[in-house]
Amino acid sequence: MADDDQVILLDFWASVFGMRVRIALAEKEIKYESREEDLFGKKSDLLLKMNPVYKKIPVLIHNGKPVCESLIIVQYIDEVWKDRSPLMPSDPYERAQARFWADFIDKKMYLPSRRIRTTKGEEQEAAKKELFEIFKILEEELGDKPYFQGEAFGFVDISLITFSSWFHTFETFGNFSLEVEFPKIIAWTKRCMERESVAKSLPDPKKIWTFSVERRRELGLD
Amino acid sequence: MASQEVKLLGFWVSPFSIRVEWALKLKGVDYEYIEEDIFNKSSRLLELNPVHKKVPVLVHDGKVMAESFILLEYIDETWKQDPLLLPQDPYERSKARFWARVAEEKLLEYSFTAMCTHGEKKEQALKSAVEAAEKIEEEMKRNNKKFLGGESIGYLDLAMGWIAYWLPVWEEVGSMQIVDPSQFPATTAWSKRFLDHPVIKQNLPPRDKMLVYFHERRKILGGLV
Repeated sequence: MADDDQVILLDFWASVFGMRVRIALAEKEIKYESREEDLFGKKSDLLLKMNPVYKKIPVLIHNGKPVCESLIIVQYIDEVWKDRSPLMPSDPYERAQARFWADFIDKKMYLPSRRIRTTKGEEQEAAKKELFEIFKILEEELGDKPYFQGEAFGFVDISLITFSSWFHTFETFGNFSLEVEFPKIIAWTKRCMERESVAKSLPDPKKIWTFSVERRRELGLD
Repeated sequence: MASQEVKLLGFWVSPFSIRVEWALKLKGVDYEYIEEDIFNKSSRLLELNPVHKKVPVLVHDGKVMAESFILLEYIDETWKQDPLLLPQDPYERSKARFWARVAEEKLLEYSFTAMCTHGEKKEQALKSAVEAAEKIEEEMKRNNKKFLGGESIGYLDLAMGWIAYWLPVWEEVGSMQIVDPSQFPATTAWSKRFLDHPVIKQNLPPRDKMLVYFHERRKILGGLV
C-alpha cells in the first residue's frame, strides 16, 4: 500500500471494539492517527458524519472513506493490506468457521459482560451464569490449539482477546477466577499477550477496573 | 473428483434459510434441501448446530457451517461462477457487509417487534423501523443500478431480499406501514425488480401460508415480547 495512505481511527481507550482495530493495524504495521472520542461527553462532528447510522466507535477512515463496525473493519484491513500477516485463513471452509466464531463472540459476549458490572443481586448472578456458558463453549472450541484458528494468530483471537483487559473486572464483580474455571482460555490469553500487537493495544486492566468502579458509582449502584 | 454433496437444512418460511437457497440457485449449485421443524428440532439439527440450534445449516462434503451471511460468503468463495455475490473492491465489500448488518439488526428486528407488539412498545418499534428504512432508502437512492450488486443480484440484495417479500406480510399482520411506497420510492422500485428476477420469483414461500403463520406467531409472541 502507498506510503501516503491516510489512516485515522476514531477510538475510545476502554472499548473492546476499538482495541480489535488497534491490534489489526499493529499486526499489519500500518501507521495511523488515533483520535480519542469523548463518549460520555460530546461525540465529535467527524464521528457523527462518518458513522451517522450507529454514531459509534470504532470508525476507520482510510483516505477519507469511513469503515464502521469493528469486525468489518478488521476484515477490511486484512483485505486491503493483504501482502502481510494474514488474519483470515485462505480456505473457504476455515474462513466460514473463523467468521462463525468471531460472530458468536461479537453477538454473545458484550451484553452479559456489561451487565455483570452494571447490575447487582439476581441480575448480576444471571449475567455471570450467561458469561460462564459462553466461556465454556469457547474453552471447548479452543481445545488444545495454540490459537482459535490453529497454529496462527488471527481473526477469532482478535475478536476475543480484547475482552481480556476486562477479565480482572469481571472476576472481581462476579467473584470468580477465570484461571480456575477456564484454564485453557487464560493460557491462550497469556500466549496472545506475548504478541507486541496485542500487548501495546490493550489498556492496563487496573485502569479498566477503576473506570468500571467510577461508572458503577455514576449509575448509583454502590 | 469427490462428489460435491451439498445439503441445506432450512425452514420453509425463514428468510434466513431462503436467502441461502437463492444464492445456491443463482449459482446453479445442486443441493439437497432438508426441511426442519424449528418448533420441534431434530437431533440432526442439534448435532449439526449445537451452538445456536438454528437453521440454516449448510453441509458441503461433510463440512458443516451456519449463519446465513457467513454461508453467502462461503458460497461465493467456493463456487466462483457468476453471479459474483460480493463486490471485488474491499471498500465496497465492507459497505455491503455493513448495510446487510444494518438491515438485519435494525430494520428486521424492529419490524418484527412492531408486528408482535401493541401500544407504546409497538409505537417505539415502529418509529425505529421507519428510521432504519429511511437510511436504507438513502442507500437505495445512491445506488443507481438495477440491483445493489450491480447488473446482477449480489450479496446485499440477498441480505435485504426479505424487505421485498416478508416485510409487506409483517405490515399486513401487524396492521402497520413501514415502507410506504410514496415515501420510499427507491426501496419500492428495487423490491419490484428483485421479486421479478426469475430465480427469486420461483423461490418464495406461498403468501397465504405466510399470513397464517405470522398471525399465529404474533399471537404467541405478543404475550411475551
